[in-house]
Amino acid sequence: MDALIPPLLNGSAQGALLLLAALGLSLTFGQMGVINMAHGEFLMIGAFTAYLVQQVVHSANLSVPVALPVAFLVAGLLGLLLEVGIIQWMYRRPLDTLLVTVGVSLILQQAALQVFPSQGVPVQKPDWLDGQVNILGYEWPLRQVFTILLAAVCVAALGAWLKYSSFGRRIRATVQNRDLAETAGISTRTVDRLTFFIGSGLAGVAGVAASLIGGTNSQMGMQYIIPAFLVVAAGGIGQLKGTIIAAWAVGVSLSYFADWTTGSLAQVLALMLVIVFLQLRPQGLFTVRTRSLV
Amino acid sequence: MTTTRNRRRSLAATGAIATVVALVLAGCGARAGDGQPAAASAGPSCVDTSGSTVKLGFLNSLTGGMAISEKTVSNVLHMAADEINAGGGILGKKIEYVQEDGATDWPTFAEKAGKLLTQDCVAAIFGGWTSSSRKAVKPVVEKHNGLFFYPVQYEGLEASPNIYYTGATTNQQIIPAMDFLASKGVKRLFLAGSDYVFPRTANAIIKLYAAKLGIEIVGEEYVPLDKDDWTSQVAKIVAAKPDFIFNTINGSSNVGFIKAYYDAGLKAATTPIISVSIAEEEAPAMGHEVTGHYASWNYFQSLKTPTNPKFIQSWKAYPNSSGVTSDPMEAAYISLYLYKALVEAAGSFDVDKVNAAARSKPITFDAPEGTVTLNGENHHISKPGHIGQINAQNQFDIVWSSGKFIEPDPFLKGYDWFPAATRDQLVKSAG
Repeated sequence: MDALIPPLLNGSAQGALLLLAALGLSLTFGQMGVINMAHGEFLMIGAFTAYLVQQVVHSANLSVPVALPVAFLVAGLLGLLLEVGIIQWMYRRPLDTLLVTVGVSLILQQAALQVFPSQGVPVQKPDWLDGQVNILGYEWPLRQVFTILLAAVCVAALGAWLKYSSFGRRIRATVQNRDLAETAGISTRTVDRLTFFIGSGLAGVAGVAASLIGGTNSQMGMQYIIPAFLVVAAGGIGQLKGTIIAAWAVGVSLSYFADWTTGSLAQVLALMLVIVFLQLRPQGLFTVRTRSLV
Repeated sequence: MTTTRNRRRSLAATGAIATVVALVLAGCGARAGDGQPAAASAGPSCVDTSGSTVKLGFLNSLTGGMAISEKTVSNVLHMAADEINAGGGILGKKIEYVQEDGATDWPTFAEKAGKLLTQDCVAAIFGGWTSSSRKAVKPVVEKHNGLFFYPVQYEGLEASPNIYYTGATTNQQIIPAMDFLASKGVKRLFLAGSDYVFPRTANAIIKLYAAKLGIEIVGEEYVPLDKDDWTSQVAKIVAAKPDFIFNTINGSSNVGFIKAYYDAGLKAATTPIISVSIAEEEAPAMGHEVTGHYASWNYFQSLKTPTNPKFIQSWKAYPNSSGVTSDPMEAAYISLYLYKALVEAAGSFDVDKVNAAARSKPITFDAPEGTVTLNGENHHISKPGHIGQINAQNQFDIVWSSGKFIEPDPFLKGYDWFPAATRDQLVKSAG
């Protein structure tokens, strides 16, 4: 029992970060079928925004809460720019968007390398995240609790917005059946743009969380993009609950594997687990159920 | 209904394709060891030094992940070349350098090394950082009988007639660090490293020496170089309750390690870290103050030697300077001056004559770390071992020194606790 609880807590925090990184991807991939390989770089932009906000607001205690909405806006607007500038011309050509966004991701990485010091920038952790809380008799780093809460707030806000707002209803209608939604008078173009804005903005928020965990540098997006895609694929396309469960499962299994074996082997085993799962269930955990004929 | 499901299925398949493509793309940067030189007969050297200049090649990653570290090495090489030219050059010939980008890609290192030797006809190549880049260049310089000067501390167990190593080998950095830990009375040590050849080899040596010193290894953890999340591993450190942590992590993964370390409530006062990769440039980039932790190097900016003040001053004034000096850049600075001393001792730029001069006379250089002497047999240099403790200014206070300069012993032949069988096995597995 003693050895079983800590990895569960650790893994939940890892899963929460993975979920933040995958949420936006799940939205854009689910709705538009756009494979956005530059999503990791939006996350990087969020992390650099956290750093820049810290240079303006000198206290780390204040800068992190300020950085969260700012990073959402900055990454969201860049996402919007990408959608309007490039992606809108290649809907329904998933492999082309894949190649184009790989190019965009390389450009963004090199741009970051030009602007910021090559060894990365330091993002200071606020004092109120220094320390541990005792949960179930185990010392739990406050930073991990913060990541989980942040993910929970984002998921709850996104879920409520999708469910209750009229824009949310339009997004869900577009995911379920684009043609029928258009026939019903929904401007799917506007919906697409808004979805891309929100999806990219969520990557920015994930970037702020990531800047408190690892290094903030031009390469950081790369380590999140592949696990995030796996989470989206395993969760089922366009399914919020699937993404949540898959992110948590990958985080927790990574953590247990790391506890039982080594950090390197854990990555391999978790990846294999997802691949085996997708072999058995290619559609992912959940699928969209519709009564449509197409 | 069925068509819908099929479409969903094809979407999922697209996702899988995307992932595979992404994996392949990510893998491209890490391909190693397949850098065989383009076949060209090792004919007479095309190096032409009849004019008033000598061509040298600088081979550093200016793009990709390693640009983080290698740009500084490239800059300091340029500074050394400018200084030597201002002082009259080498054998009266001005240095004309050709800068090439290794692009953090090991086959590119091999390809560019071949180009520098056979097309640019440079007399020697300077650069590289990762062991993989050195191992990619090695067969090329050996084939064309060129010279390669490698400026970074590494895992040892190598000696090539065509390579000069100006960074520390294990008995000049790892072993002094262990001697320091023994002097502090450390009983329980935890090993944390990135997952590649240097940390694996260093830890193999550490474990053997620890057994001899009576230090217990209470855990050993590795995380891939490109992963920053250390939380699971730090949890194991907390559980193992070590007196000290030996850190062989490299790059931005170090930032993740330091953050997870403080997240878990570990402190320098009770569980200090000794590292062999955090220097003056890295310490302020951790996102958390690292005061009180230690590092083992041969050079620190805080060293009081006759030549160090001038080196620091020149570097601070140099364009694109980072403002602080550190061990790998000092070793790169040494490499160009060592080449100058070798050529002047040989009276020639010819590789065989240079190597013969290395064996026949003691070649020395008054480096910022002190006067280093070249070992003509294994092509490494003598170095002083120092342990620095990080202070509030992110500089290092020297807390322990080896005293005399340590002779390089890349194969650890002078250490009875290092069995020959282990040496053979490590040399074999390092390729």
